[in-house]
Amino acid sequence: MKPAFSVIFLTTLIGAGQGLFLALFTHQSYALFGLLPMQSNAFYGYGSVLALLFLIGGLIASFFHLGRPERAWRSATQWRTSWLSREVIVLPAFMGVVFLYGAAHLSGYNPEVVTLPGGLLIDLSAVLGVVGTLLSFALFICTGMIYACLRFLREWHTPLTVINYILLGGSSGFILAAFYSASAAPDQSDFFAGWAMIITLLAFIGRGTSLVRNAHLKPKSTIQTAIGIKHPHIVQRSMGAMGGTFNTREFFHGKSAAFMRTIKPTFLILVFVVPLILLALGMSSLVLLGVAFILQYIGLLAERWFFFAQANHPQNIYYQTIG
Amino acid sequence: MTQLALVIDLNVCVGCHACVTSCKEWNTSGSAGPLCDENPYDANPTGTFFNRVQTFEVGQYPNSETVHFPKSCLHCEDPPCVPVCPTGASYKRKEDGIVLVDYDKCIGCKYCTWACPYGAREIDEKQQVMKKCTLCVDRIYDTKLPERDRKPACVLACPTSARLFGDVHDEESVVSKAIRESAGYALMPEWGTHPANHYLPRRKTKLKIHEDELERADNPLKVDGQLPKPGKGEPSMDDASAW
Repeated sequence: MKPAFSVIFLTTLIGAGQGLFLALFTHQSYALFGLLPMQSNAFYGYGSVLALLFLIGGLIASFFHLGRPERAWRSATQWRTSWLSREVIVLPAFMGVVFLYGAAHLSGYNPEVVTLPGGLLIDLSAVLGVVGTLLSFALFICTGMIYACLRFLREWHTPLTVINYILLGGSSGFILAAFYSASAAPDQSDFFAGWAMIITLLAFIGRGTSLVRNAHLKPKSTIQTAIGIKHPHIVQRSMGAMGGTFNTREFFHGKSAAFMRTIKPTFLILVFVVPLILLALGMSSLVLLGVAFILQYIGLLAERWFFFAQANHPQNIYYQTIG
Repeated sequence: MTQLALVIDLNVCVGCHACVTSCKEWNTSGSAGPLCDENPYDANPTGTFFNRVQTFEVGQYPNSETVHFPKSCLHCEDPPCVPVCPTGASYKRKEDGIVLVDYDKCIGCKYCTWACPYGAREIDEKQQVMKKCTLCVDRIYDTKLPERDRKPACVLACPTSARLFGDVHDEESVVSKAIRESAGYALMPEWGTHPANHYLPRRKTKLKIHEDELERADNPLKVDGQLPKPGKGEPSMDDASAW
């Protein structure tokens, strides 16, 4: 497939935003149970603003993918069958809840909703946090399923696709949270950095597994099944077009095998190795955490590029020889 | 249930591209707007087509055959491109099984092309909506046309009648008979899309001549000459020598 930069930015930006929100509410949940000191409203509030900025960035990027962005509203109608339509619904819903969560903290309007037996006080922000957490995971699942549900693209058609979207977004968001808290609440940054290391390690296992799986995939469709002629030697002499078509532009990444070989270790180092080292070195260092987030984000762009480029569409069998 | 479809006979397709040009001609002139081209007279011309004829070489020289392979939307009975569409622009008509795109609803996200294993859909780069074969839906029901013209443009244009059109759910239709009697098959059956369009395989055409057919059976002595004239009223072996 040809990687589209709109989709690369969409998935990486909302991944970071979702992960950051999950990190903030994880901290608030810990604090609710008295495991960590509760932070000021401003800490959670401005953190949500930061998460919202990433989500808005992703939403803006997504419009560049559409040929007819003015009709984008129509894409919310087919949620019964289309994962893309579901994502279109869940993304703004999640953004709305993140906005309300931040607003509840920043405005100070945070009334008590219920007191659980045992004296645990559940306020409005906690309820919004739970809803937001569910929506965040729902959004990860929608994003992952957009790719995982396409059975022809066997590199994507695996639960690992969804798992990796969750783990990579989580890793990115928790590193961002560690960076944010290093400036806003320095004594809490090792909590975020610790979780970030665990999630990054899990993401490494998940992505590594999918790389190994994809390296052993055998294509289901062959030129024989594509044209229905059972002969071991079939070569395409002409695709029926002299100057390329939509089918040659959309489904081939057009980069050399050497480029593909280079980008894989590059993203593995930038997404997993570099952040893990920097997190271990500087759990509360603003500079190191910032560098870790930025370098990992660049790595995630490369990772997402590779994710698209590696998928080999069966239609490519029909488009091998321009002539 | 009706399922309109094409059956394409690879045994008689000569790769003339008449179906491609007639398809383009009909569908670029309709009320749905043109099928846009870019750089049509420049280097790297490219454009939107519903139908393409591809060419494959089967076997290795000198034992090879050239197979011309027309390819358009197969109007799958279980079309994977339809449920993924987020706007409902892609749909399959209940009444005749044609898979269509509503150009006024399409947002050009290209997700349906990812979900089609056959590469049958092409985006119109100027209008930025997805386009695909309509089986000439604006023609086959047009009662202003004489009945024999109510067929897709490609079918009418084919000089070798390699393209048949009809209802594959009707056992007695010309397409069902062709599929049944000439071993019609579907493309990429491994994905379970159940394409409605079928292809008829190449067939070896052999003229079998037996040894005794090369010799005159009425010349047992192998001597060419005038046959003796039979007597009047007697049976003769050929018209020439008969009275």
